[in-house]
Amino acid sequence: MTDFVFVVDKISKMFITGPEVIKTVLGEEISMEDLGGARVQTEITGNAHFFSNSELDCFEQIKKLITFIPWNSNTKAKTFPPKSPDGNYKIGNIIPALSNKPYDVRNVIKALCDDSDFFEVQEGWATNIVVGFARLEGDTVGIVANQPMVMAGVLDVDSSDKASRFIRFCDAFNIPLITLVDLPGYLPGVDQEHAGVIRHGAKLLYSYSEATVPKITVILRKAYGGGYIAMCSRHLGADFVFAWPTAEIAVMGPEGAANIIFRNEIMNAPDPNEMRKLKVLEYTEKFANPYIAAANGHIDAVINPGETREFLIHSLKISVNKTEFRAKKKHGVPPF
Amino acid sequence: MEFHHFNMSKEESFKKLEVDSTVYETKLTSKYLRRKKFSINDPRKITAFIPGIIRKILVHEGEKIMPGENLLILEAMKMENILLSSIEGKVKKIYVKEGETVMKNHLLIEIE
Repeated sequence: MTDFVFVVDKISKMFITGPEVIKTVLGEEISMEDLGGARVQTEITGNAHFFSNSELDCFEQIKKLITFIPWNSNTKAKTFPPKSPDGNYKIGNIIPALSNKPYDVRNVIKALCDDSDFFEVQEGWATNIVVGFARLEGDTVGIVANQPMVMAGVLDVDSSDKASRFIRFCDAFNIPLITLVDLPGYLPGVDQEHAGVIRHGAKLLYSYSEATVPKITVILRKAYGGGYIAMCSRHLGADFVFAWPTAEIAVMGPEGAANIIFRNEIMNAPDPNEMRKLKVLEYTEKFANPYIAAANGHIDAVINPGETREFLIHSLKISVNKTEFRAKKKHGVPPF
Repeated sequence: MEFHHFNMSKEESFKKLEVDSTVYETKLTSKYLRRKKFSINDPRKITAFIPGIIRKILVHEGEKIMPGENLLILEAMKMENILLSSIEGKVKKIYVKEGETVMKNHLLIEIE
């Protein structure tokens, strides 16, 4: 029930049945550390949100967290004096042009937020998505970003779970949400399907749709398929959606799409490989851009990376009084 | 126990991940690397669904069995679980003895 759980290496341990019970009942031997130590809880289970090496570091983390959040759900977090991002984070130089190349999305976040100060939540678990707090012009925002550095930034059971809970926290405490999108879609695989990725993936759609705080989305590069919809698209009620010129909004990447759409042309061509290349190129030129989505009204503006911070700050100012009235009911039924 | 740490500077550690025909360069999580290959449950192989102790073996090798027939009693969490056959066949081999402690997924009986 706790909003945030802090654990300290070698000190904190959490489990429901301890090693003794497991040994007597099941005959399996495991130490307390391996069963539910601080690393296990922050990197394997996702039960804890913050890991630290000492109690002193842990207290510092707690102090830092409470600067970002309000004291209760009826108030706003404290406003700090605005600060520019650290000039060493050059926003135009972070993302590789080729959409299959990795980069660390935390550098994009640091290039955007005040003082490049990003306070990451659950940084050791489901690392294919990055969530945490930062400030824009002195005010707290919650940031959700795909991490192309890990698992190409796909959504899966754990990352959907992690992001959804963070979104609901932000919504409960009046913290606007900024979503940075660059993902190939949901992770394919039997293990994911059998783990219930439909149900877990739906948590993200539920929590974004439910959130009434200002929601601003920036599409950095790829936004493919169901993953695009789930990452706070206009369809889930985003107030502002911006895209960089490198953005690609499509059902899937050019290779996959060309293989399906032009299957017959490719199969019947004298040189299928050459035809495939041609069709991939054709698809890339026609559809791998943000302009079709913009023409359909799914994107408000295609902006240069260097303008992103200004656009975000401006959008937040416009949405400061955003009020949404919802039908009175006891509560919704989320796909828990 | 293996943990997932990621350090962003080491480019040579990037692996490949394919999604919809596109091959992405990226790091893979330890959970992804640990995932088990899917296999269909073989009804001829009776395995322990929970770690426990073999309390009683109710069949012998070579015995003909019918679907729903009791094969053995596996005690776990202080409860006796009767393992039944879901198929008709003959007990090919019994891999365990009464009183033996077995781990989860341990092969107990094979049917042919």
